[in-house]
Amino acid sequence: MDLSLSESELAFQAEAREWLAANVPSEPLPSMDTEAGWKAHQEWEARLAEARWSVVSWPREYSGREASLVEWLVFEEEYYRAGAPGRVSQNGIFLLAPIIFDHGTKEQQDRFLPTMATGEKIWAQCWSEPEAGSDLAALRSTARRDDERGGWVLNGQKTWSSRAAFAHWGFGLFRSDAEAQRHAGLTYFLFPLDADGITVRPIAQLDGEAGFAEVFFEDVFVPDSDVLGAPGDGWRVAMSTAGNERGLSLRSPGRFCAAADRLVDLYRSTERPPAAAADRVVDAWVKAQAYRLYTWGTVTRLAAGGDMGAAGSVNKVFWSELDIALHETALDLLGPEAEVASPWLDGYTFSLSGPIYAGTNEIQRNIVAERILGLPREVRK
Amino acid sequence: MRFVLDEDQRDFAGALESLLAGADTVAAARAWAEGETAPGLALWKRLADLGVLSLATDATPVEVALAFEALGRHVVPGPWIESAAYLPVALGREVEGVATVALPPHVPHALDADVADEVYVGSTPVTGVGERLTSVDRTRRLFRVEGGDGVDGGGGAEPSREAFDLAVLACAAELLGAGERVLADSVTYVKQRKQFGREIGSYQAVKHALADVRIALDFARPLVHGAALGEVDASAAKVACGDAAYLAARTGLQVHGAIGYTQEFDLSLWLGRIRALVTAWGTPDFHRGRLLQQLGAS
Repeated sequence: MDLSLSESELAFQAEAREWLAANVPSEPLPSMDTEAGWKAHQEWEARLAEARWSVVSWPREYSGREASLVEWLVFEEEYYRAGAPGRVSQNGIFLLAPIIFDHGTKEQQDRFLPTMATGEKIWAQCWSEPEAGSDLAALRSTARRDDERGGWVLNGQKTWSSRAAFAHWGFGLFRSDAEAQRHAGLTYFLFPLDADGITVRPIAQLDGEAGFAEVFFEDVFVPDSDVLGAPGDGWRVAMSTAGNERGLSLRSPGRFCAAADRLVDLYRSTERPPAAAADRVVDAWVKAQAYRLYTWGTVTRLAAGGDMGAAGSVNKVFWSELDIALHETALDLLGPEAEVASPWLDGYTFSLSGPIYAGTNEIQRNIVAERILGLPREVRK
Repeated sequence: MRFVLDEDQRDFAGALESLLAGADTVAAARAWAEGETAPGLALWKRLADLGVLSLATDATPVEVALAFEALGRHVVPGPWIESAAYLPVALGREVEGVATVALPPHVPHALDADVADEVYVGSTPVTGVGERLTSVDRTRRLFRVEGGDGVDGGGGAEPSREAFDLAVLACAAELLGAGERVLADSVTYVKQRKQFGREIGSYQAVKHALADVRIALDFARPLVHGAALGEVDASAAKVACGDAAYLAARTGLQVHGAIGYTQEFDLSLWLGRIRALVTAWGTPDFHRGRLLQQLGAS
C-alpha cells in the first residue's frame, strides 16, 4: 500500500493548482439554470478548454491530456479545493462521452466531442418519462423506422431532463421495436433540441430555477448517423452510462473534501454553535475522508483492470447522504440566517436531489442487496 | 498510488483466516467466558507462533489492522489489543506470554488480569488485582486494578500517544471484523429463514437494512487502512468502525428476530463484543473531540 503520488502526478497537480489559482473566478458565477448564469458557465468551459483542462482524461486529439484515473482524481481535488464553478457540460462529458468513445463511430466522435470539450454544445440527458422513472425499462417513447429518409421518427415525452432548458443537444432511449419487451428493442438516439417537432418546456426546481425540463417529441426525424450503437442495443449501451453516473465519475471526492473543509471553517467562525453541531461537523469530515480513501481504492482496482460493478451503488448512497448531512449541518450552524440565500443554501437545495437522481437510493439499496449481498430478487411483474 | 493490500499482506491475512476458521474460536470464547481458559490460551500460542504478538514491533500498522480484523471476525478471546498493540509500543518490546493493561480514564479496568503473566497500569507493572467485574461481553473478564479505577494517570500511567493510537487502530479493526462477521451471518440467515412463504431476505425492508450495513462497513475499511498508513488519525477509524459495527449488530439482531436474542445462539458473542469495543480505547465522544481539536475547531 502506498498513498504517495509519483513525480509526474505531483507535477500535474502543481500545474493544475497553479492554473486554477490564477483563473478561477473570485466570485461564484450566477446559477447555471438562469440565462445569465448559463452563459457565464459556458464561457468558463471555454476557458478551461483553452488551457486543456476541460476534459483531462480524454485523448489528446480531442483536447484532453490522457490523464490517468489518479491524475483525474488529483485534478478534481484541486478543482473543488480552488472553489471553481460547477460544470455545466458535466452530463455530456461524464455520461455521454464515455459512450461515444466506446460505441460511437469515428465520424460521431469527430462531430460531437470537440464542441463538447469546449462547452460550445451542451448536452442534456433525456432518460425519465412520466411513467418510467426508477423503472426506466417501462419507457414508452417510440422510434419508427423511416427507410426512405434513412433514419428514425421519434414520438413521445421525456421529463426531468437536466440542463434541457438551455442545452443544445439531447441523448436518450426510445422503443424502436414495438413488439419487444422491456430492455429489448430500445435504441440510443442523439438529437438537437431545436429539431423540428421537439418542444422543450422548462420546469422550475425547488429553488425556482429551470434546472430540468420536459421534452416533447412529435414526429422528430433523426438520421441513422445520430444513432449511438446498434439499433435495438440501446439498453446495453445506456447502462454503461448509468454506471458512470452513479459511480465514480459524477461525484469525485474533491467536492466533498472541499465542502467538509468549508464546513469546519464555518464551525470555527460560528460564535455559539449548537451543542450537537460539533459531532456532526466531525462526522461530515470523517465521511469525506472515508469517501476520498475509498475512491483511491476503487481507482487502484480499476487501474488493475477491474470494473465498478455494483459498487457504484454503494458509492452513490454514501455520497448522496453525506452531501445532505453536510449541508444540513451548515444550515444549522448558520442559525436564523440559514433561510437567507447563500452558497450553503444553494448547496443544500442541490444536495436534496442526490438521493433521487441517477437511480433513487431505494433502487441502489436493492442493487447492493441483490448483487453484492446475494439476497433473493424482488418479486416483479 | 496503490491503495489495496499487497501480496504479502493478502497472504498473511489468508494464513490467519485459515488458522482461525479451523480453530473453533466460538468454543474457545464460550469457555473463556466460563473461566476455562485452556482452549483460549492454546489458540493464543498458535497466534503468537504465527507472529501476531510481534507485529507491533516488527511489522507495519497495516499488518496489525489485518490481524485484528481477523480476531474480530472470529471473536477471539483474550487481551490481544493490550498484548499485541498497546504494550509492545509502550514498553518498547514484544510481550512474552499474556499481558494486560489498564489505562484510565479510557481503559479503566484490566482485561483478563487473572490470566495475564504481566499486568500494567500504563507502563507500570502492578501486582495486586482486585475485584472481577462483569462485562456486556462475557468473554471480556474485567478486573479492577490499583491505580486503575478513575485515577487519572496515577502511578506513572501517562499513556503513550503512539501506543494508544495503535491500540485504537487495533480496536477499530477488530470492530470492522466483528461487523463483517455479523453481516455475513445475517445474510446467510435471511436467505434461509422463510415467513409468509418467502425468504425474509427477499423483503425490501430487510434488504435495505442490510444494504446500509454493507455501505457503512465499506466506507469504514478505507479509514482503517488509511489510519494504518498515517493518512488519517486513528480516531477517524475508530469512530467510523464503531458506528458501522454497531449498525451491523443492531441490524443483525433485528433480522434474526428472537433467536438472535438468545445467549445460546452464537450471534450473541459478537453483539457483546461490539457493544464493549464501541466505548473501549476511547469513547466515540472522546475520539470525535480529538478530531475536532486536530481540525483546529475546538
